[in-house]
Amino acid sequence: MSGATLALAPVAAIGRLAIFAVRGVSHVFRPPYYPREFGQALMQIGWYSLPVVALTALFTGGALALQIYAGGSRFNASSVVPSIVAIGMVRELGPVLGGLMVAARVASSIAAEIGTMKVTEQIDALVTLSTNPMKYLVAPRLLAAVIVVPALVAVGDSIGIWGGYLVGVYHLDFNAVDYLKNTVNYLESWDVVSGLIKGAVFGFIVALAGCYHGMQSGRGAQGVGRATKSAVQAAAVAILATDFLLTALFFTS
Amino acid sequence: MIELTDVHKAFGSKRVLRGVNLTIPTGTSMVIIGGSGTGKSVTLKCILGLVTPDRGKITLDGQDVTKGDRDAFLARFGMLFQGAALFDSLSVWQNVAFRLQRGAARRPKAEAREIAIEKLRRVGLTPEVADLFPAELSGGMQKRVGLARAIAADPEIIFFDEPTTGLDPIMAGVINELIREIVTEMGATAMTITHDMTSVRAIADNVAMLHDGQIKWTGPVAEMDDSSDPYLDQFIHGRAEGPIAAVR
Repeated sequence: MSGATLALAPVAAIGRLAIFAVRGVSHVFRPPYYPREFGQALMQIGWYSLPVVALTALFTGGALALQIYAGGSRFNASSVVPSIVAIGMVRELGPVLGGLMVAARVASSIAAEIGTMKVTEQIDALVTLSTNPMKYLVAPRLLAAVIVVPALVAVGDSIGIWGGYLVGVYHLDFNAVDYLKNTVNYLESWDVVSGLIKGAVFGFIVALAGCYHGMQSGRGAQGVGRATKSAVQAAAVAILATDFLLTALFFTS
Repeated sequence: MIELTDVHKAFGSKRVLRGVNLTIPTGTSMVIIGGSGTGKSVTLKCILGLVTPDRGKITLDGQDVTKGDRDAFLARFGMLFQGAALFDSLSVWQNVAFRLQRGAARRPKAEAREIAIEKLRRVGLTPEVADLFPAELSGGMQKRVGLARAIAADPEIIFFDEPTTGLDPIMAGVINELIREIVTEMGATAMTITHDMTSVRAIADNVAMLHDGQIKWTGPVAEMDDSSDPYLDQFIHGRAEGPIAAVR
């Protein structure tokens, strides 16, 4: 392979992914629609991810409270624990950790499912049965992820703040009423909304990575394994990079 | 009538089809034979548009298969895949009635289920199988369900990709008989790819021998044994010596 070909390979890969994404999104808006597949995707991505997202948020909120208390006490600012926990969770940790957890669980399962369908000729069977795989497999998953991941983020935010509250009140001896007042008073609606927007974007990234790598899966078990690994890696890196870009866009004037 | 003219297809540097010319008259059963990797499946996928040929022309009743309404074109076909390719997440009857639950052939759910059960009965499966999932079926039963799905919407053309691979001789015989009966009673045009010479003799009206990306011989199944074509002769008798290299 020549140097030029090697240099152009990433550009070609980005181009293929972009075309795939545009085609996938275009099918979300064009009939026929598959409500059954959409409902299943909502359950697979949203409902079944709830336990892992909730537990991650709970422990993260608790750890965050401990860290802020320990760090803040160095300059007599330990009273900021409730507000920083809330802001940190809803702006950053809720969407990012929620997105990463969903990436680990869902991008892999979508890639494995679609990859297996590809190697067992089920994708070809769909085509011969006059069903467009982009419409039937990709569009419902993209739409479901964009809708349900922000909901997961909202639940994760609430549980994370609750984790901070439990640690703050029962371990760090904060007054329960004051803790809640400080949480509510310093939290702005944009803090929450920005986190939910991040959740929608991360949901899109997770579903896109899973579907794209599943569709690109090579032959056999090794091909499906490689597709699954690539989907999780791509989704995780893309989530962190996009988080930086969105944070810069939302919070720097 | 399906007609392939000078069809070429390469994957990277590997030239799989090197000018395939083949005619399948309407209402006849054509079986394509040939060794592994000679391009049989690619030929079939080119006709269906699952693989795009690099060069050449494929027509169905004189119409270029790459032009016109794709859904209407595919609605004329049914296909039995090598591994049956049943959808794991759907029950057996939902697999069989897949085409009947969406698109132009859409029927009410109860009617679609009834047709699915009728087609299952046609391939020798009882209605109790209808609510099972593909993972609960044996290989032979999966093939039958795949066959029921292929004929569910009464297609004009049916493709069979290695219909007996992986089956014991008795089940292979049952599938061969079913294919022959169904193709005859539906008056369908059939195209089968197989290595199994028993299948060839049971299913075929005409046979085409594909080797090295080209059709080496084609003719009625009755003339196959006296063809004097060295490629066909070596293949049907399973000889290691001959123009087809044993090590590929």
